[in-house]
Amino acid sequence: MRILIPGISGRLGQMVATRLAADGHEVAGIDRRVWKDAPPGVDVHEVDLRKRGAEEIFRKVRPEAVIHMATVTHLLVQSEDRYRINLGGTRAVFDCSRAHGVKHVIFVGRHTYYGADADSAMYHGEDEPPMALQHFPELADLVAADLYAGSALWRHPELVTTVMRMCYTLGPTGHGTLAMFLRGGRVPTILGFDPLFQFMHETDVVHALATALEKRVRGVFNVAGPQPVPLGVVIRATGRTLLPIPEALFAAALGRFGLPKLPRGALAHIKYPVTIDDSAFRKATGYRHRMSEADCMRDFSRAFPVVHHR
Amino acid sequence: MQVPTDPEVEARIHRLEIPFNANGVDPYGISRRHLCIAFSALRFFYRNYFTVEVRGIENVPARGRAMLIGNHSGGIAIDGAMVLASMMFEMDPPRLAQGMVEKFMNRVPFASQWSNRCGQFTGLPEHAIRLLEDERLLMVFPEGARGTAKLYKERYSLVHFGTGFMRLAMKTRTPIVPLAFLGGGEAIPTISNAYTLGKLLGVPYIPVTPYLLAIPLPVHLEVHYGAPLRFEGTGDEDDEVIAANVGRVKNTIASMLDFGARRRRGEI
Repeated sequence: MRILIPGISGRLGQMVATRLAADGHEVAGIDRRVWKDAPPGVDVHEVDLRKRGAEEIFRKVRPEAVIHMATVTHLLVQSEDRYRINLGGTRAVFDCSRAHGVKHVIFVGRHTYYGADADSAMYHGEDEPPMALQHFPELADLVAADLYAGSALWRHPELVTTVMRMCYTLGPTGHGTLAMFLRGGRVPTILGFDPLFQFMHETDVVHALATALEKRVRGVFNVAGPQPVPLGVVIRATGRTLLPIPEALFAAALGRFGLPKLPRGALAHIKYPVTIDDSAFRKATGYRHRMSEADCMRDFSRAFPVVHHR
Repeated sequence: MQVPTDPEVEARIHRLEIPFNANGVDPYGISRRHLCIAFSALRFFYRNYFTVEVRGIENVPARGRAMLIGNHSGGIAIDGAMVLASMMFEMDPPRLAQGMVEKFMNRVPFASQWSNRCGQFTGLPEHAIRLLEDERLLMVFPEGARGTAKLYKERYSLVHFGTGFMRLAMKTRTPIVPLAFLGGGEAIPTISNAYTLGKLLGVPYIPVTPYLLAIPLPVHLEVHYGAPLRFEGTGDEDDEVIAANVGRVKNTIASMLDFGARRRRGEI
């Protein structure tokens, strides 16, 4: 199959491309970032997804399937840029896909769509609305991109659309929000709160995407791996030290003392869990995760051991 | 930090039929370590401080979904805590009752962490359905915060019962085990509730006793479990049907309370 991957040069994009090429697919990608050592059989085009050059790639490659991974999730990027990339890019993917005969589009979304809040239930289902935006407006572009992609299900019924709301990744690449949060030796938490974190190994992310591609399932699906684990357990099991800070102090310290400058709304994500029920995806595709929560934590801490300074 | 735990409690926690992973955590985040610490503390109150008497424990199913539905008794949640303890210490194999907690608890530091790690989740219908479909034991006090706010003189009375539990029980075909809790009102003899102070502290109210603080007195407590009640239907019935079913549960608990109160007064 001819597959086009916008966002191919990201860590997960590279892993997906490598796997699909190894499976015998023709893989091409679009990214502003360079992927120097792309394996043979993977064509990387250095263009901006929202520029005219990208449409040319669609025209030339004539992909049968598109895996859209060109979204910015970390909150350090200015929100205007994020809006342009996440929403404008997603629109471009669907416009080009329709114009050039693509049969299947996979949108890679995030489980943070549901938001974290004291009153929200565990294990969200796909039919639930995004409830926590009022506390965390910075997530609005990702939520909008997710809903826009989902609207293709009724706007373009001839196109098979799969929206995958994936939980955090944790594994040897150190890629993703949770892994970045755990990078240091001391991990700050909010005193008196210990939310569940749901994560999956990078290889399971690749496996889930390959499965969705193979089964060509239509719809919106939560995608997860093993059972969630409390943050305190993740921190200890990966060899880190818990640094509980009272909430008021934590909010004041953001952006100082080596702490990232996060929006206030992000604090809810280290106070309350976002957990998803992925049984619909498992049922529709037969997907089963292969890496346990212990595997994820072990692989991450081996790749990123804590260096103890004297 | 190593907190001393009771060997009996540890043995019982290990016999719980809950799917803990290698880290001792179940899919909802219930933690063996936290349960051991919490129930070691509860054991002292259950066995030594209050001396809790349990009747009708055979009415609680050993396995499978069930709802414990009871009256609130005492200004703070000693009733819930002692019901949890009775399920842990009197059942064989022990069971973990999972309470449906008032929403404010999840916003309070430590209360949020400990209630979640011990399986006591916010009282949301989504949580109740998921846990019941997972064959867990749910504990619900349909009087809600109005029930814990009962004054000393109202201690054997019941206030309005919410109806949500009945729709959920019918929808999930869950047997209801009525329970009557006696003595909480004597343990915390509330003469008034400070609502404004509570609001400032982020809780519904603060109970005030003749000795001011709501520190429970070491009185004899009783939990009576009645025969399971089953209600046929889909949970989508008219309000009148649901209210009639709730009335049946409420009346059962009221007569159990009445019996218990007369027995406490030595009339029986």
